[in-house]
Amino acid sequence: MPDATKTAPAPEDAEAPLVGPSVDVKAEKARSLWGDAWLELRRNWYFIISAALIVLLLVIAIVPSLFTSASPTVGDLAHHFLGKPELSKVGSPEWLGYDGQGRSVYARVIYGTRASVIVGISVTLLVTVFGGLIGMVAGYFGGWVDALLSGFTNIFLGLPFLLGAMVVLQAFTERTVLVVIFALAFLGWTQIARVTRGAVITVKQADFVQAARALGAGTNRILFRHILPNVLAPVIVVATISLGVYISAEATLSYLGLGLASPTVSWGMDISGGASQIRVAQHILIYPSIMLSITVLAFIMLGEAVRNALDPKTR
Amino acid sequence: MTTIDKTATVPSARSGDDHVGPLLEVRDLHVEFHTRDGVVKAVNGVNYSVDAGETLAVLGESGSGKSVTAQAIMGILDMPPGRIPQGEILFRGQDMLKMSAEERRNIRGRKIAMIFQDALSSLNPVLTVGYQLGEMFRVHQGLSKKDAKAKAIGLMDQVKIPAAAARISDYPHQFSGGMRQRIMIAMALALEPDLIIADEPTTALDVTVQAQVMDLLAELQREYNMGLILITHDLGVVADVADKIAVMYAGRIVETSPVHEIYKAPAHPYTKGLLASIPRLDQKGQELFAIKGLPPNLLHVPSGCAFNPRCTMAQDICRSDIPPLLPVTGTDGTELVGRHSACHFWKETLHG
Ligand SMILES: Nc1ncnc2c1ncn2[C@@H]1O[C@H](COP(=O)(O)OP(=O)(O)OP(=O)(O)O)[C@@H](O)[C@H]1O
Ligand code: SF4
Ligand SMILES: [Mg+2]
Repeated sequence: MPDATKTAPAPEDAEAPLVGPSVDVKAEKARSLWGDAWLELRRNWYFIISAALIVLLLVIAIVPSLFTSASPTVGDLAHHFLGKPELSKVGSPEWLGYDGQGRSVYARVIYGTRASVIVGISVTLLVTVFGGLIGMVAGYFGGWVDALLSGFTNIFLGLPFLLGAMVVLQAFTERTVLVVIFALAFLGWTQIARVTRGAVITVKQADFVQAARALGAGTNRILFRHILPNVLAPVIVVATISLGVYISAEATLSYLGLGLASPTVSWGMDISGGASQIRVAQHILIYPSIMLSITVLAFIMLGEAVRNALDPKTR
Repeated sequence: MTTIDKTATVPSARSGDDHVGPLLEVRDLHVEFHTRDGVVKAVNGVNYSVDAGETLAVLGESGSGKSVTAQAIMGILDMPPGRIPQGEILFRGQDMLKMSAEERRNIRGRKIAMIFQDALSSLNPVLTVGYQLGEMFRVHQGLSKKDAKAKAIGLMDQVKIPAAAARISDYPHQFSGGMRQRIMIAMALALEPDLIIADEPTTALDVTVQAQVMDLLAELQREYNMGLILITHDLGVVADVADKIAVMYAGRIVETSPVHEIYKAPAHPYTKGLLASIPRLDQKGQELFAIKGLPPNLLHVPSGCAFNPRCTMAQDICRSDIPPLLPVTGTDGTELVGRHSACHFWKETLHG
């Protein structure tokens, strides 16, 4: 092996082309964690499909009238139950049949999107921000701060999620979307807090955090620039999975008669209503359930894709 | 090859420093860890100093407290469980242990920087090396993203990473071990600190790359006239680059010496044992010497000289009295400059 002289670039990195060093800054676009993640996501079919579905759901939630002219709340008793789905008439009021009060199931599925999606996304955002912050502070500072926050978290964790939400909801006379969001978020943040705390404790001990400190990084920089990007992956996965859980929880609460109430329309209310009539008319139950499943799946797929894209090693 | 004009940016402190004495001086430093099993006395009175432009090699077996001392100097010890019950760490004559957290943070990276053993785990896996290098300039000097990037590329050139501009947006795992360590060196070097602490910078690398990285470090140190504390347990590496050596055992300095003299005539039985355990070409085929026994349990450091259970020369006094680190003299009684030993029988060891 020829002797590596002190001025020549060391030849150990065989895979690197030995281009002369240059300082052409503009030659390459600046890359960042999110920039690179985005490049990766654009090539991922799971992401494209889930993102398209989610965009569609959002459009439905925002302007449901674009998709149907029928009213979700006004029914014609003439259609009572007997209106079986007419699957060839895509998009018409009778497409997915009618429910017990003669309301178009299709219209109800479309109009129910808003409440369900708002509940799912809002609760997820709330618990992720709140739980994530609590978990990060507890995990990073440790000691008595951790003891205090973990104790606080465990008190909430001790309350059964649905039972707790029911108790909270009992306190309100009016069960609007906001109230349901509050009840679910109030009890739901503990899981994210625990996941974040655990991830922060692991990452905090990583050598690169000590190295960053040794090179003069302050608390904020270490917490938000070095630790946060490394704990995002598990948090995103848990958050997107729980988004589906919250939509389902809203459905369960409605089923128990404690969730949203008329005139609000939600998949949860229809699933609960449909369940009691399952022997007579399955379509009342099936279609909102399918929408719920698709929504949950879309968000889980999105979370998985984002998580992979955030890990440079899987790129 | 160098793309940053160094002459313009040499900190004034280096030339117009009114402080006399060593750049860094550690005095009687103690560090202990309060654990469930008891108090781990990791550092028990370390004394060493390093000057600008000088390289101090700190040697010693695993667990002798080399890294903990370095962490105490950097101010990155985990406290709790760590505690510094006594000692001083003087940087340019000022005791860093008495400074505020903010003052200490301003020294880190700017005045004193550190290079770690495992460069892969010392770099953030989700940030590009360009971002991490540029961060030094953005945070400490408030440079714009673009300027920081240009400087980052300059640094990468300086530590001889081929095609720096093309690789600036790569992630740490995309580099080989040697290249990663160069990046760590570049980060430590970014703000032209006065002192660099390198904690086993080449241990994780294979032998040929080790030499290249050591050469680079030594070259940059000369160029910037930095002090360098090189922590290692490889006596072979030390001979080429170090000016002086401090040998650690059980959290204490047991011998200090200018580099070449210690190889010729060690003044402490532990150093003697270390030297005898280096493989040598002229002894090929012979069984390699190893110091008998294990390093002491730091929960229960032996009384007297901590080395006594393993020392072939140990006498009763070694089991009762801690030998202080004292200057040693030649056979004719003249003081040997820079040489100290913490052994009751240094004379017998050195001259016997
Ligand atoms: N956070 C800690 N808690 C408890 N004990 C610790 C902690 N950090 C270090 N120690 C103890 O301090 C002692 C000295 O460790 P140190 O890392 O300084 O050794 P070292 O000389 O650097 O060894 P090596 O050559 O293996 O790196 C060890 O016995 C170790 O167990
Ligand atoms: S003081 Fe005694 S035990 Fe310690 S190194 Fe010297 S001779 Fe050995
Ligand atoms: Mg060490």
